[in-house]
Amino acid sequence: MSMPVPLAQSGGGFFRDRAADSCVADNGICPGWILDNLDRYTTPLAQHVFLTVTSVAAGFVIAFALAVLAHRRRWLVGPVTNVTGILYTLPSVAVFFLLLPITGRGSLTAIIALTAYTLLILFRNVLAGLDGVPEDARDAGRGMGLSDRALLWRVEVPLALPAIMAGLRIATTTTVGLAALAFFAGAGGLGEPLEAQKAFKTNVLFAGGLCVALAVALDAAILLVQRRLTPWTRAA
Amino acid sequence: MDACGMTVLGSVLSTFGDGLDFIVRERTGRGGGQVGGPAENARLVWEHLKLCVAAMAIACAVALPIGLWLGHTRRGAFLAVSVSNVGRAVPSIALLFVFFAFLGAGFLNVTLALALLAIPPILTNAYVGVVEADPDAVDAARGMGMRGPQIVRRVELPLALPLVLGGIRTSSVNVVATATIAPLAGVVTLGDPIINPSIYGQEGRLGAAILVALLAVAAEAALAGVQCAVTPRALRRATGRPRRGRLIASPRRRVTTTP
Repeated sequence: MSMPVPLAQSGGGFFRDRAADSCVADNGICPGWILDNLDRYTTPLAQHVFLTVTSVAAGFVIAFALAVLAHRRRWLVGPVTNVTGILYTLPSVAVFFLLLPITGRGSLTAIIALTAYTLLILFRNVLAGLDGVPEDARDAGRGMGLSDRALLWRVEVPLALPAIMAGLRIATTTTVGLAALAFFAGAGGLGEPLEAQKAFKTNVLFAGGLCVALAVALDAAILLVQRRLTPWTRAA
Repeated sequence: MDACGMTVLGSVLSTFGDGLDFIVRERTGRGGGQVGGPAENARLVWEHLKLCVAAMAIACAVALPIGLWLGHTRRGAFLAVSVSNVGRAVPSIALLFVFFAFLGAGFLNVTLALALLAIPPILTNAYVGVVEADPDAVDAARGMGMRGPQIVRRVELPLALPLVLGGIRTSSVNVVATATIAPLAGVVTLGDPIINPSIYGQEGRLGAAILVALLAVAAEAALAGVQCAVTPRALRRATGRPRRGRLIASPRRRVTTTP
């Protein structure tokens, strides 16, 4: 089991392209080459989106559950923060290879690692959001006869949404960046074309640019959802 | 646990055992040379740390003065905050390869790439730290006849120190992690056995992954200790939580309660 060698696989085509185009031969910045080779990036981009969305979604479910629990049982805050903090500290490349003997090469390994990275950010923000709900609002809810569960979903979570969404935005942008390393785990992503021709300026700029564009696009999408979900924040 | 489960568990454990063995015992690598063992791993850790310290030194030298100055003059709030948002969106590996493609391989170029990666959190935290310094304290200093640079050095910087160190800490952990992929740009670090299993073998890859993880946790713990130690005692007591600086350590980890 060894790393795939994309350069060797794609090398033939790559060097033929170079010969055909003097800009590429000079290792310049060649928009023409990008247009001719867009198909090199479509699959990695799709994998990148898949890894990011899956990991953030999984992380959100876990972190949200933990935060709701910790919101009720305060003693959980310390341990959960410490454990997720250590997970957050571990370098992703190391985690990919530490997971390999257990989960093997592929998307699963990458998703587990990326999910682990989102937990700290999401847990803190969800918890801060829930803690920031005014006591008056809670009292009013209780006065209306809401059960604990109804209070959570109909009062606390809606009021915590701005903080929760802010956490989602940070987690998503961070995950887009980390997913660029997922190719180490055999999960593809934009890191693969990036690494395959790492000395080729056009390639590194375009693949890197795609990562940044993806981060910005997902960030904007979440912001848009937040606006739709919290119309009251714009009223004032 | 059934027999099959035991076998899987056994093979996983023995794989990790091989990794640990690589750390403590030298062996003949796949390429024929001697690899692994305390001497080689110590050398790789040293190379790794050298790169990280160099990058952090440059990043601090650039980011701290700018962040403190922007905070002191209350200028460039947008710049100081958005620099870390932009920084978060740029993948470390992309930054590394952009430097590699444009400047070539080499210690200096990789150091510069890592430094650039480390700048945003340090800058933003220094800015936020100074901006959030108690305005009464700054007023009092001004009333005592202190001038701009004196106020920065003797009032704003000490008050901002926990946050400043939080930024340095975030960046350090990030730099230690990213230095792992430095061999892709021609600088040998602890990442070398991870990236070149053809020389070091699979056990080398796993052993180095364990070492890198330990190194990152150690860096985090050490800087958390420093951060705690430099937090003025009054600030610790005021919040009732000695690790206040930790909780709001960095913009990356900072809890954003407003959109």
